[in-house]
Amino acid sequence: MIHLSRWKVILLALSVVFGLLFAAPNMLSPAQRDALPGWLPKSILNLGLDLQGGSYLLLEVDVPAMRAARLNNLAEDARTVLAEASIGVSTISRQSDGVIVTLADPSQMEQAQAAMRALVVNSPTGTDRLVQRQGSDRLRYAFTEATMNSMASDAVTQSIEVVRRRLDSTGTKEISITRQGADRIVVQAPGQSDPAELERLIGQTAQLTFQMVDVENSIQEALNGSVPPDSEVLPGADPRGPAFYLVKRRILVSGENLTKAEVTQDQNQRTAIGFRFDGAGARRFGEATAANIGKPFAIILDGKVISAPSIRSAITGGSGVIEGNYSIQEASEMVNLLNGGALPAPLKVEERRTVSAELGEDAVSAGALSTAIGFGIIVLFMILAYGMLFGGISVIGLVLNGLLIVACMSLVGAALTLPGIAGLILTFAVAVDANVLIYERMRDEARAGRSVIASMDAGFSKAMATIIDANVTTLVAAAIMFVFGAGPVRGFAWTLGIGVFTSVLSSVLVAQVLLAFWLKTAKPKKLPIAE
Amino acid sequence: MRGWPLIKLLPQKTNFHFVKYARYAAIVSVILCVASIVACFVPGLNMGIDFRGGASLEVSKPAGQVVNLEEVRGAVSGLDLGDVGVQGIARRDNNIDDGSTAIVRFQVPDGRDQTVVVNQVEAAITQATGEVTYSGVSVVGSKVSGELFQSGLLALGSAIVLMFLYIWFRFEPQFGFGAVAGLLHDVVLTFGLIVVFKLEFSLTMVAAILTVIGYSMNDTVVVFDRLRENLRKYKTMPLRDVIDLSLNETLSRTIITGVTAVMVLAALAVFGGEALFGFSIALMFGIIIGTYSSIYVGAPIILLWGVKRGGAADDAKPIKLGMASRP
Repeated sequence: MIHLSRWKVILLALSVVFGLLFAAPNMLSPAQRDALPGWLPKSILNLGLDLQGGSYLLLEVDVPAMRAARLNNLAEDARTVLAEASIGVSTISRQSDGVIVTLADPSQMEQAQAAMRALVVNSPTGTDRLVQRQGSDRLRYAFTEATMNSMASDAVTQSIEVVRRRLDSTGTKEISITRQGADRIVVQAPGQSDPAELERLIGQTAQLTFQMVDVENSIQEALNGSVPPDSEVLPGADPRGPAFYLVKRRILVSGENLTKAEVTQDQNQRTAIGFRFDGAGARRFGEATAANIGKPFAIILDGKVISAPSIRSAITGGSGVIEGNYSIQEASEMVNLLNGGALPAPLKVEERRTVSAELGEDAVSAGALSTAIGFGIIVLFMILAYGMLFGGISVIGLVLNGLLIVACMSLVGAALTLPGIAGLILTFAVAVDANVLIYERMRDEARAGRSVIASMDAGFSKAMATIIDANVTTLVAAAIMFVFGAGPVRGFAWTLGIGVFTSVLSSVLVAQVLLAFWLKTAKPKKLPIAE
Repeated sequence: MRGWPLIKLLPQKTNFHFVKYARYAAIVSVILCVASIVACFVPGLNMGIDFRGGASLEVSKPAGQVVNLEEVRGAVSGLDLGDVGVQGIARRDNNIDDGSTAIVRFQVPDGRDQTVVVNQVEAAITQATGEVTYSGVSVVGSKVSGELFQSGLLALGSAIVLMFLYIWFRFEPQFGFGAVAGLLHDVVLTFGLIVVFKLEFSLTMVAAILTVIGYSMNDTVVVFDRLRENLRKYKTMPLRDVIDLSLNETLSRTIITGVTAVMVLAALAVFGGEALFGFSIALMFGIIIGTYSSIYVGAPIILLWGVKRGGAADDAKPIKLGMASRP
């Protein structure tokens, strides 16, 4: 255990190089970082909003647009389901909370009512809408009063979650997202984060739908004004493809059924976006593709047709690839958007401003002073308790630990708030625990009358079992919190996991290598920390 | 130099009879836990703006003049509304941060009319800084949405269950129960302290509680590890003596690690200013309690429950200590 093994020295050297490489960008100015060659890491550790301020966006949830879109969906649902049941419709008129369908033939009332009841039952909650008979030939299909009342508030709540997932999926960036008033959201992001990028990420609703292309009618006629009632004209997203498409209004599958999107490659090794549907989505997509072999379908994102491939065979596996002309960066941004879910309503940016730090200057300097004192206490205490050699080795381990933590946090572009820094100092205080466990074991063994080498050897091997048990327990907790948690809990889990990993690696490895070196060169007769 | 390194001064062998006092400690722990749980409902946690939301308004002076943030903070804090946030922001008309505009966030205490509170806040600010314009008065929601809160609880619950299973697997079921009981004890008492000292419960406090959980677990596992080793080593020694021996053997480590952490936190609490005070106090208390619970909650549960080991009569038989016991 204690002899100087080559792989341990190599591992130690590698972690020092890794730490230096990923922590170094923090020392450079933004201009110097931009000038670095592409393969070098560039992301840095940010300071949180409490310490340095950042950018502020006031967003308004476009509730009227969302209401209109949802009423539109009601009308489309009714039109589709009645057409499928071969029931004639004379008009569909809109009201503030729903639609009124007037039947061409009142004798079909019973069938019509049954068909539309099925819509209510199949809706996401089954209770948010209702169907009522009005007179002999009219049916009212509308949202309930409770749904209408909570629609705006639900949309804001949902938007906040989507924005959080898009901007801060690891929960480490300390972005604050709060509701303001009835229909506004305030987003504050720390530091020099690019407001234009924030807006680009928030500005798209990321509504993904799959619809059939209308091949029975001509796009030319539709552009001239005669659009068939169950189709719509949509612009194409690819400038090299057709400018407009005529697509059926009926949505085969939408982004709500998406379980995962990822960056992948198509057959021609070009960047593409892979996606996977959940069970219901896979079934519907399978049925639709089986019934329409040979016909083209359109993949539509935010009202623009991304591509319109022809169906070669039924796609039953529930997964597929969207081919577009993407750069890797565009593709990964889109994957992030699709995985974050669609916004229920468009968000309008009302104000964009810069904000200063939440804490006053006194608070920031008090925080800096106290963390410095805290670090000093650990160093002093370890050296006083265990002496220059053993204590000093723990301090070297701490420095490596700090370097590795900064490197790992920079890697994900994490932000450090004042409490976060205080937590880090506490991590250091607890990180010496591994050293203390090892040293105390060595003292136990020396007291039992073993030689210097034997007691150091036994100290290491026995303490390792304890160190592993204690830290695996914490690591398990961190992993679970990262998987299930969101926002700050997730960020905490990330920091905790990193801290456990780097502290064990650095304190144990540094102690083993340096003590083995000391043993080899000084050939001590007595353990300095034993009586 | 004599006596240096100082570790030599720490007696290597102590003989404290920890288990003897376990009964009294248990009574104290139970009383404190019950009191803490009750205190969480009456008077209840002092929820901060992170959880409850509040109101915000914008304070501005004409371009070129400066709104003194500290004066505003002092004026609003004087109203005793709870958590107050004052943050400089760029002017709305030209997005230039010249110090002439600030956002003030504050809580509206339960049962008080928002308009009245806003008027009070405006009056206090005007008195402190002179003529200013107010705009953009609005209700702000909590930083912690319902979904975030639920997923956080789910994450925490699953983490505790998994730690329990891990300890069960590595040691024995009663060790798992002991560790989780210790952990819950520490969390409950930390909540109790937060209520008693009227510390503001914010997102930072959540981080403190999570850290206490991690420390408590870590500390307990170190003690259990030695206990498991000694149970294997001294097969005929009565269980209570093995527990005492293990606690004494790990005592120097418990003290050094605990003292390091507490000293650092004391520095943060004393020198760190208001922003770190509540956080450091809660953590310091949690770590002291976590150390206590490893000795007086985790280990006694094992004594109460008993451990399967070779009987005194058949000392030669190997003892089985869980599925993953090491040779």
